[in-house]
Amino acid sequence: MNNYMKLELAAIGENESFARSAVAAFALFLNPSLTELSDIKTAVSEAVTNCIVHAYRQGKEGDKIVIECRACLCPDALHGTLHIEITDYGCGIDDLERAIAPFYTTLGDEERSGMGFTIMQTFMDDFSVESERGRGTKVKMVKKIGIEAADEVEKRANA
Amino acid sequence: MKIYASYADSVLYIRLDGEMDEHNAAAARREADKLADGYAHSSRVIFDLKNVTFMDSTGIGFLIGRYKKFLRLGVPSYITNPTPSTDKILLMSGVYTLMPKV
Repeated sequence: MNNYMKLELAAIGENESFARSAVAAFALFLNPSLTELSDIKTAVSEAVTNCIVHAYRQGKEGDKIVIECRACLCPDALHGTLHIEITDYGCGIDDLERAIAPFYTTLGDEERSGMGFTIMQTFMDDFSVESERGRGTKVKMVKKIGIEAADEVEKRANA
Repeated sequence: MKIYASYADSVLYIRLDGEMDEHNAAAARREADKLADGYAHSSRVIFDLKNVTFMDSTGIGFLIGRYKKFLRLGVPSYITNPTPSTDKILLMSGVYTLMPKV
């Protein structure tokens, strides 16, 4: 069974909480564990914050973020996959390799940790980013849901 | 995000309540720095994270920033009661090497 949603929202700080909560609510379709849900919220928060803080540095009316999610639930209803794409139309990233490196930040004087991309990579099962200068950035992430739950069932079956 | 402070036996406790993200970190930063200046005579400061319901990498920046601020005043910082998801972020970013968990 497949599910889909597309969300277009203004790139303002007030929407950081809304964006991660909306994706988490959508992910409930896949029966995630609390840990999986929390990983998803954190990764989405990092990506959306990047759009607001970096892509749209100057912040003007009409700056927008597009979030697309695809959820596939396996027939056993124990496994699922969540695909998330977060797109902005901002300044783009010149040096992707450097941007992704842990602790690298272009805004060191603002107490930024430089861990955003590292957290997305660590908390999700697959992660990639495409960017073009002056055109924007797209972050793609995949989270596999139900691995813990399936392991538990298997363990009980073998016991 | 709300900040509550208490002081006992020369230890300053700073309890964070709510969600810590980029949008609401600025106010928390101002509050915590005000406390730092007011309690510069503390022997140590302990950040109590039990009521932090969400934290992303903004929290890392926030905590390291406060660690530096208190260090300049001669006050060492500690962390207590992180939730499992907060703990995961703080572990992977190495925050505990600066601010030990107690």
